[in-house]
Formats: sequence, structure tokens, C-alpha cells
Amino acid sequence: MFPILQLGPLAVRLPGLFLLMGVWLGTSLIDREALRHRVSGAALNNLVAYGLIAGIVGARLVYALRYLTIYAEDPLSLFSLNPSTLAPTEGILIGLIVVLVVGQRRHLPFWPALDALTLSLAAFSAFLGLAHLSSGDAFGAPTSVPWAVALWGESRHPTQVYEIVLAGLVFLGVWRLRRVSAFPGFLFLAWLALAAGSRLLLEAFRGDSVIIYGELRAGQLASLAVLAVAMAGLHLRARRALPEGETAGQVKNTM
Amino acid sequence: MERAARADGKRRGAGSGLAWIANARRWFVVTSLVLLLGLVWTLRSAVVASATRGGLTPSPRVGFAAPDFSLELLGGGQVSLSDLRGKAVIVNLWASWCPPCRAEMPALQQVYEANRSRGLEILAVNTTFQDSEAGAAEFVREFGLTFPIPLDRTGVVSRTYQLRALPTTFFIDRGGVVRKVVLGGPMSETTIQTAVEDLLRED
Repeated sequence: MFPILQLGPLAVRLPGLFLLMGVWLGTSLIDREALRHRVSGAALNNLVAYGLIAGIVGARLVYALRYLTIYAEDPLSLFSLNPSTLAPTEGILIGLIVVLVVGQRRHLPFWPALDALTLSLAAFSAFLGLAHLSSGDAFGAPTSVPWAVALWGESRHPTQVYEIVLAGLVFLGVWRLRRVSAFPGFLFLAWLALAAGSRLLLEAFRGDSVIIYGELRAGQLASLAVLAVAMAGLHLRARRALPEGETAGQVKNTM
Repeated sequence: MERAARADGKRRGAGSGLAWIANARRWFVVTSLVLLLGLVWTLRSAVVASATRGGLTPSPRVGFAAPDFSLELLGGGQVSLSDLRGKAVIVNLWASWCPPCRAEMPALQQVYEANRSRGLEILAVNTTFQDSEAGAAEFVREFGLTFPIPLDRTGVVSRTYQLRALPTTFFIDRGGVVRKVVLGGPMSETTIQTAVEDLLRED
């Protein structure tokens, strides 16, 4: 864990820096991928910018709404740079909704746009792991394995390292798959399945899982649901992309 | 020609992949197997809820028990964090030469005065090992601080609380569990008050 990097008089928060690097690398991949999937790169970049701004502003507004009477006394606090006064989950939801609405208004093709953003999402996931490594978040369960790390008062699984390795492998997988992108939506759904699968695997080693239904990890149940949706989505999109008149049965006969 | 052959190969690869995924029976079997494996893994990694919370492990992290400490106070006397169990506690680590500490201390005093009667206590731990007692005393006089000022002369509390930036503030609930950590500053009165509301609400 190394949350602060002291550069002379400057104290740089590494988790935030890694997240910014993830956004930068992700957006720098958009133009190339947009060309490949025949989507406007400028429109996609704008979409991401709208989503990020809406997410941050929304996260602050939702937080302020929770403490309305306190913020009413000092409305200028809405502009505080303090990241601890954000509602992150609600911010992500608001950002996603804005992306969907703006994308639809700008008539961006849904599946090709998602495909064009997939590599960026995969790259960002790896940087999210680096942010977790530097902040000590998403920490592992206590263990006695030889590669355990001392963190938060215990020897723990280095789940942040597992997360980075898995995200790196998923990125490589998506990098290869994009060359054989079979139909619109294939790349995004394949990434969604791989990301859900890796989270399913990783969650077992986490020491901060939310437990529901007695002893089950909520992250794993959510990942199973996402995995099922992604697999079903792949099949439905593939069927739709088949040449007209060709059914799955006929395909089977020709193979 | 070689490039054309490669492109043709890729097209054929994509086409066969498409057919493979579009085959309902085959894809159903693959999906079922994947989900079954996932379900088995989920059941194998099931744990009791207490295993994934910090619980009683002392660590300066949200969800964990705040590490206990006992320090001498500026002006005499001694304080232990554990003696304050039952109260919401803010532990603020500061130094008199640190500009953000100077900027946020009046806000801490305001919040203290407004919430003391509701069960809030503030321990503004001076990092004396990198400051001076005279500097700390002058600072307290200048801002008219009325909460206790423990002196971390050896740096033991700063080490235990893994101090990386000044100021750093820990919001601890009535049960002694860390609920929020703010690295750096200055915090506004609003920021502090919203965190305190959460602590005081949890009765």
C-alpha cells in the first residue's frame, strides 16, 4: 500500500493518479477502435467526457442531497475538491444513464459503439487494480500462503496483484479477439463475460466481500448473473448476425 | 497475396465462430457448464459474514477497529482512545507548521462546539516528534482550541495509524470502529459535519 507519493512539496495521491492514467490510456485507444468499428471517434470521446462529468457532478449532488440541511448552510462546499464527499455508486449510475441518453440522442449505433469502447474499458480495469494496490482497497482474505502480504493487521492474499494480472490477461484476450470480431456486440459481450468470470474467480480471495443469503458473496452472485447475460447476449447477437435463411440447425449441418 | 490469404482466413475464422455461438444446443451446453462451474466455485468460497469484515482486528482502515493508544496531553494529563468508547471520536493528526492543518482547525473547533453535547469527542494528536511542544501550544492558543491535544512525542501513534500525509483524519464510531478516513486537507466544516452526522446517527 502506497497511497501518497511525495514529490518535494507536492503530495500526489497515487490511487487518483492511476485512475486518471486509466482514463487517459482508455480514451487514447478510442480513436483507433472507433475507426475499426465504423463509429465517430469524436462522438465517442464526447460521450465519455459527458459520462465522466455527469458521474462526478452527480456523485457530489447525491452526497449533498443526503445532507441537505448542512449543505444549505454552506452551498459553496458543493465545489470542494475533497473526494470523500462523493456518492460513488450513484455517480457511476448517473454517468451510465447520461452516456445512454446522449448516445441515443446522437444516434450512435449501440453495439458498434460498445465494441469501440471495449478495449478502453479493459485497459481501465487494469489501472483500477493499480489504484487498489496503492490505496490498499479491495484487500484479500487472511492467509498463510508463502506470497501473502502484510496488510491491515494480517497476512493477506495480494488480491490487488491478482486483480491486475487477471485484468491484464482479459485485456490481452480482448486485444486478440477484436481481430476476429464476428458481429456487432461480440467484442463487448466477450469482454463482459471474461470480466465477470475473472471477478467470480477473484472474489473468492477477497477479505472485504459483502455477504448475502447467509454465506454467499454478493460479488460472485452478481458476476454469475452478468456472465449468464453476456453468454445469452452472445448467442442472440450471433443468431441475428447469421445470413438470412440460415438457421442454427443448417449451420450445424454445414460444419 | 499472403495478406489476402490471411484476411480470408480471419473471415473464415470469424464465420465459423459465429456459427459456433449461434448453434443453440451447443451454446446452451457451454453456457450451462460455465455457469455450473461458477456456481460450484461460488459455493466452495462461501464464508460466514464475520470473515470478510475487519471486525476486531485493529487497523487504521474503514471497517476495522481503531488501534488503541494512550498519550500525554498538552497541558498535562493523559488520554486513551479506548476510554472514549461509547462516544463518536475524531482523531486528527496534525503539526503546527502544516498549512492545511492550520486551515481546517477552526472548522474542527466549530464542529466540536456544535456536537459535543451529542456525544462527539475530538483528539487532535499533535505529531510532536516532527513538531515542537511550544509550537503546538502557540497553535492551540492562536485558534482557541478547546478539545484535548495528545502529544505523539515518539511517533508511535503516527506509525500505528500509517500516517502518510498531514493532516489525516479518522472518524471513529461509538463502538470504536473506523468509519471514514480523510487523507490530506483542509476539510471544510461541511465535510466534517456530514461525517459526524453519520457517526452520531448510528446509535
